[in-house]
Amino acid sequence: MNKPLAALPEIENVSRRGLLLGLGGGLILAVGLKSHALAEDAPEKFGADGDDNGWRDDPRLFIAIDESGAVTLTTHRQEMGQGIKTSLAMVLAEELEADFARVRVLQADGDEVKYGNQDTDGSRSMRHSFAPMRRAGAAARTMLEQAAAARWNVPALEVKAEAHAVTHTPTGRKLTYGDLAKAAAAYPVPPREALKLKPASAFRYVGRDVISGVDRADIVTGKAVYGGDVRPEGLIYAVVARPPVVGGTVASYDASETLKVPGVLKVVPIAPPKEGPPFQPLGGLAVVAKNTWAAIKGRKALKVNWNDGANAAYESATFRKTLEAAARQPGKVIRDTGDIDKALAGAAKRVEAEYYLPHLAHASMETPTATVRAKPGGGWEAWACVQAPQITREVTAFALGAKAEDVTVHITLLGGAFGRKSKPDYVVEAALCSQAMGGVPVKVTWTREDDIQHDYYHTVSLERLEAGLDAQGKVVAWRHRTCAPAIGSTFGPDPKHEGDSELGMGATNMPFQIPVVRLENPEASAHARIGWFRSVSNVPHAFAIQAFVAELAHAAGRDPKDFLLELIGPARRVNPRSLNDTFNYGEDPALYPIETGRLSTVIQRAAKEIGWGRSLPKGRGLGIAGHYSFVTYTACAVEVEVKPDGSLQVIRADVAVDCGAVINPDRVRSQAEGSVIMGLSLAQGGEVSFKDGRAQQGNFDSFPVVRMDAAPKDIHVHLIGGDFNAPLGGVGEPCLPPVAPALVNAIFAATGKRVRDLPIGKQLKS
Amino acid sequence: MPQVTVNGLAHSFDGDPDMPLLWWLRDELGLTGTKFGCGESLCGACTVHLEGAAVRACQTPLSAAAGLHVTTIEGLSAHGDHPLQQAWQELGVPQCGFCQTGQIMQAAALLKDVPHPTDDDIDGTMAGNICRCGTYPRIRAAIKRAAAATGAKA
Repeated sequence: MNKPLAALPEIENVSRRGLLLGLGGGLILAVGLKSHALAEDAPEKFGADGDDNGWRDDPRLFIAIDESGAVTLTTHRQEMGQGIKTSLAMVLAEELEADFARVRVLQADGDEVKYGNQDTDGSRSMRHSFAPMRRAGAAARTMLEQAAAARWNVPALEVKAEAHAVTHTPTGRKLTYGDLAKAAAAYPVPPREALKLKPASAFRYVGRDVISGVDRADIVTGKAVYGGDVRPEGLIYAVVARPPVVGGTVASYDASETLKVPGVLKVVPIAPPKEGPPFQPLGGLAVVAKNTWAAIKGRKALKVNWNDGANAAYESATFRKTLEAAARQPGKVIRDTGDIDKALAGAAKRVEAEYYLPHLAHASMETPTATVRAKPGGGWEAWACVQAPQITREVTAFALGAKAEDVTVHITLLGGAFGRKSKPDYVVEAALCSQAMGGVPVKVTWTREDDIQHDYYHTVSLERLEAGLDAQGKVVAWRHRTCAPAIGSTFGPDPKHEGDSELGMGATNMPFQIPVVRLENPEASAHARIGWFRSVSNVPHAFAIQAFVAELAHAAGRDPKDFLLELIGPARRVNPRSLNDTFNYGEDPALYPIETGRLSTVIQRAAKEIGWGRSLPKGRGLGIAGHYSFVTYTACAVEVEVKPDGSLQVIRADVAVDCGAVINPDRVRSQAEGSVIMGLSLAQGGEVSFKDGRAQQGNFDSFPVVRMDAAPKDIHVHLIGGDFNAPLGGVGEPCLPPVAPALVNAIFAATGKRVRDLPIGKQLKS
Repeated sequence: MPQVTVNGLAHSFDGDPDMPLLWWLRDELGLTGTKFGCGESLCGACTVHLEGAAVRACQTPLSAAAGLHVTTIEGLSAHGDHPLQQAWQELGVPQCGFCQTGQIMQAAALLKDVPHPTDDDIDGTMAGNICRCGTYPRIRAAIKRAAAATGAKA
């Protein structure tokens, strides 16, 4: 029997669940909101300290070493393609002086009382785990060294951990980690001040490409377990018919044909959401069957009359006009320096433009899927692909009438997530089905149509920008009105205004050196479920701002890259608070000011790498955009070819990334490569539109994404790198925002046509 | 009772002959390496080989597979060491990994027909397989690497 390094200690319950529930969720983007709620008598918390339920760096929670020397890292982050399991194991192996090949990674169940915050979102897993994981590894290494010194009865200074063993330096004697594991477990965890972290110059894994990623062999052989791949004994299957309009309910139904389908067992009503935690299911009718196919067939045979409710009139073309009208009037003032009307009126030249970006579906390749059963000994047990296991426990418990601690959530690999799987409504559906079926395990599978038609959508937005140029072509006035249904509508009464976190994603914290700036946020109502989509509000804000800067450059007769760099101005550290941004991705403004020099550097790097300024054949053009998001600086330069028929092909993309120090360069590059493809997908074809309150797209025929033939063959990623003891930036999201504006800027260079509406679709076809 | 041979083993089925091969493999046989992505032959996540040719299991009714041989990702190689499986790992192709079994099955069929595919061959064959993480450049490189490795052995 393998012996763990130490028993898992009981941790005092530090959950702020009452408060957390009251504000409706334990997710990063609520951090700004929550901090304010707490701020009255508590100092504001930043970084990992500000995450719900905080963080732990107790090595006994995360590290176990058995007598064979095998190291098990229990990860409190979910794997959805970003490579976090591999990267955390690298950090641990580094400070533990362990052999990476002998580190196994075990996925922790959802339990924030024990592990601290587990929400895998906001591009903060490594940003918030690097230092604690280093300390945990160093502490365990120290305990192994102490055990070896005691075994040999020598001073601790004479022993050294290296290559999965401790050596007595004067004599060359060695004890393996397996030899020492049991004895080491008896030592107290050394205090943080006593730990010696490795200098970066001695790193063997961190900062180098570790290609042999955790799970890789299982993935390519079909053994990897995703949300739908769990098969407990007695498993049955369900699909759910949901109200086609958000807020709708079942008026009446006839299940007689459904129940005639061989294999169908039961039709289970799912109640509409009640007052309570967020992410409750939409309601509807679940068809439970012996296999997924029978459930799908049974659902097709179901006759349902729906009450559509208040959102039945939601129609995208009309709503766009509503947003336009709102954006052409003054709105809630977010940031205001100088007299904007006067400055615009006095400008030598005025430029204005409106940019429209539609709703998007996440469309992760794995649709939402979960399995839940009653545990034989009491309580409930879920297996699910979720980014946010703690809120999963809470909302599932709420629906079942159970306590959160009685709901166990086992987390599988996530087959893509992009923010969708932070919202566990599908787990609740499976739980309610299991409850209705007497506790047997039920797997709920969402079809692709379910996924695209019942998503928590990326918001729709209208961005209106106006600027005044002086006689020399310098920008002297800037007014931005951003108008979009708010994510806050998912958590309670529709606030009708974007929250600090949404506005702080590239709008409030726009760092250009312009004397007169005004940011307004006119009202917009939500008529669909709005949620976080990779990079969230950075997508519309970066698109509009970076496309508009290129328009201004043209109006001034300047090169767009040079003009952008001039707008950013000289290298300086800008306190985001001075721009009226209280969000700053939850980070301390003193540790994470906006460093304009870093933004300029990535823009210059991407431009240099793509060969900015080179002559191109007819129909080709270069475009560039830079953006600061998730406390990381990114720029994207693209070369596009627009063919005479209006179709386009991106020939090459160069992405420059400054996320500070880079833990696993290969995975940072892969995130940037993928962001280019996802950015081109949303720019070229991504749109979910509504008519009669119903999403009009349903599968990859109507919601197209970039495929192999349309993907650029040449994507180059350039990592700036940084100090391993300085604060880290995010990686998973920040490469996405500059892609779409770089593309439309390149299209302008190629054709002289401005694209201000996404998706590009057929706009270039004449 | 109709039979389908899956990865060399004969299985009989007595259920709905309209049931797509995908759900039979996953729900009845427990071969979960074949993934559901769209149900409409639009994404390729469920790609398997039917008599050696790549097909979408989500649109292949069991009746159409009766008496035939199916290979799934679990049966592609005895030890998970098909040149594509190796190249996929060496180049760090997968991100979330969900679509990759379908990608590999599609690519394996391609290499069987065209041992040294051009970029156009790869575009033409692989465009039916969606990767939302955007691993296409690495998939392309891995197919070329596997093709080169296979050529070197021959």
